[in-house]
Amino acid sequence: MALVELRNVSKIYHLGGEEIRALDDVSLDIDEGEFISIIGPSGSGKSTLMHILGCLDSPSHGSIRLDGTMIQSATTRQLATIRNRKIGFVFQFFNLLPKLSVLQNVELPMVYSGISGRQRRERAMAALEQVDMANRCKHRPSQLSGGQQQRTAIARALVNNPRIIFADEPTGNLDTHTGEAILDLFRHLSTEGRTIVLVTHDPEIAAVTPRRIEIRDGKIAEKLDLTLAGLSPKGARVPHEAGGAETQGS
Amino acid sequence: MQLLNTIVAGFKEIWAHKARSLLTMLGIVLGVASLVGMSALIKGMENGMKESMIAMGGADKVLIREEDVPPDQEHLADQAPGRTMYDVIGLRESAPLLRLVSPEMRVNGAMITRGDKATWPSECVGVWPAVLEMNLHTMGHGRFFSDIDEEEARAVCVIGTGIRDELFGSPEEVGHEIIPIGETIQIRGQPFTIVGMLTHYESEEERREREARANAPKQEQAGPQRRRGWGRGNWAFWRKNTTVYMPLNTSYIRFRAAGDRDGIPDWRLSDIDIKVRDMGVLEPALQQARNVMMVSHRGIEDFTFQTQENNLDQINTQIRNTRISGGTIAGISLLVGGIGIMNIMLASINERIREIGIRKAVGASGFAIFSQVLVESLVIALLGAAAGVVASYGMVWLLAHITPTGNLPVITPFALIVAVCFSAFVGVVAGLFPGLKAARLNPIEALRYE
Repeated sequence: MALVELRNVSKIYHLGGEEIRALDDVSLDIDEGEFISIIGPSGSGKSTLMHILGCLDSPSHGSIRLDGTMIQSATTRQLATIRNRKIGFVFQFFNLLPKLSVLQNVELPMVYSGISGRQRRERAMAALEQVDMANRCKHRPSQLSGGQQQRTAIARALVNNPRIIFADEPTGNLDTHTGEAILDLFRHLSTEGRTIVLVTHDPEIAAVTPRRIEIRDGKIAEKLDLTLAGLSPKGARVPHEAGGAETQGS
Repeated sequence: MQLLNTIVAGFKEIWAHKARSLLTMLGIVLGVASLVGMSALIKGMENGMKESMIAMGGADKVLIREEDVPPDQEHLADQAPGRTMYDVIGLRESAPLLRLVSPEMRVNGAMITRGDKATWPSECVGVWPAVLEMNLHTMGHGRFFSDIDEEEARAVCVIGTGIRDELFGSPEEVGHEIIPIGETIQIRGQPFTIVGMLTHYESEEERREREARANAPKQEQAGPQRRRGWGRGNWAFWRKNTTVYMPLNTSYIRFRAAGDRDGIPDWRLSDIDIKVRDMGVLEPALQQARNVMMVSHRGIEDFTFQTQENNLDQINTQIRNTRISGGTIAGISLLVGGIGIMNIMLASINERIREIGIRKAVGASGFAIFSQVLVESLVIALLGAAAGVVASYGMVWLLAHITPTGNLPVITPFALIVAVCFSAFVGVVAGLFPGLKAARLNPIEALRYE
């Protein structure tokens, strides 16, 4: 059984009487441990897909199963708990709370899962060490560089040991060099067995992941646009352990 | 645990916007201070009224009042006898449930003079010795009238200290207390010998003030001596101190028998006061008194009984009304404070839409967001209430100094508790709407919000 199962999911918005199909009959499986990218131009529906996968939004039609739980029928409260326990988010604009220190930011998800203060600190420090930010734990986000902020955000996404991590344009606000470092970090996390979904419009970034899904006009593109996916025409899917992404990234 | 975190977060948020939070709290501070101050004033008033109540003769005193005859006796109105000594003798002899009967005959227009000094007493009446117990008087100096004084209608009088102050000089002015026993004063031009003086009556507060003045160094007064007017001190005590009593017969023979009303002797009494044996038998005693008086009035009911209970009811009604109007005003100011909190909470969550989005994305439930806003609002209200309690002591101190001769305001713990509870309630109500608004934010839109 896949970690995430999407079946015939549609998301329809109504704007002034006009019907907009942001997602149109999408079916998708994501297995545990996969490192996958969702690519598509802006307005293609990739963000909507990520929001639905990440339990921030619910679909108009179709069913989703995340780690054995049916999402489309969950209440907002249950969704909040699922986001808290099973999902980690990394955003383009980092989205750290400016008034809290790095450590407190990383502790934040655990505050909402009711973990005691001492345990929170230990686990937050462990997560910060994973992203090499432990020495900055007392700093405010505003005192950090973009790359450091994004590392903090990744630590926050990791800290509750989620089943799946969603990263929405995680390098979009960083320079190339720092962006590569962040991608390396994701790759490293992937090798540790984390399930990571990378959402991007940039084929070069998508090239890092072994599996890519292209969204166009709210649908999963039947045939992968190879140039857009940043692939050589040799194969659409590179085996996970082969490290194909690394060769293509360089 | 969760709650503690939320409270700590609330405090941090308030600390992060010190000036704003302080201004918001100010509304609650003023509301609490005015609520407590108001109730302290009313409590002071209540205490003063109770003191006056006792000064007026206690709760068991019943006044027999003159009243218009009932409608079905309209044709007998001109035969109404009024209250006379027949009633008094009848009540004394035939109403065993009464403990005390005290007739009073007022001397109208009684100006009292001595040399070039003149004064008008609050009451100048002819009485029986029963009046002492009736009006809770204590002899300070000299004696009260004897039966011989009464019998022979002697020109003797007993005065209150207020009359002494006006005619002979008060202890404050003279420096020592003058006891004018044996002196002669003129009542409506007729010489009377003072045989006794009542003690000085004053409220607790007046006594404190007088002692404070006595201890303070004496100030040289510029200009002419100012008269002591009506406004000074408690009315009931002032009234009691400016009393002049003379034997009942004296007042009748010297001021009424020779023709008070167009040459016709007026033997009607101006007052009959009675006291019942026991407050428990008040109803039957009044019935008894009524029966007696119906006989002496030949069935014409031109009188009524006024118990101090009525008076007490009146006082209580007055206090309740003041309490309601004052409480409403103070309550409104607290509500305004609450609206201030709500306003700030709305502004604050508008500023923090993105933060709320982030918190929701990492797993905060709507309830967690809601309770955070609510706790923040409650913390502001309670901090304000705490400051308000302190401020109310300052306010009451100020009030006590602005109105030195009024009743001393008294802060009651009950008022403090009510004020704090009410501001907590206001804080919760003010947090409800902003809290719900924050809890219902869509996380995706909140995250996109710039």
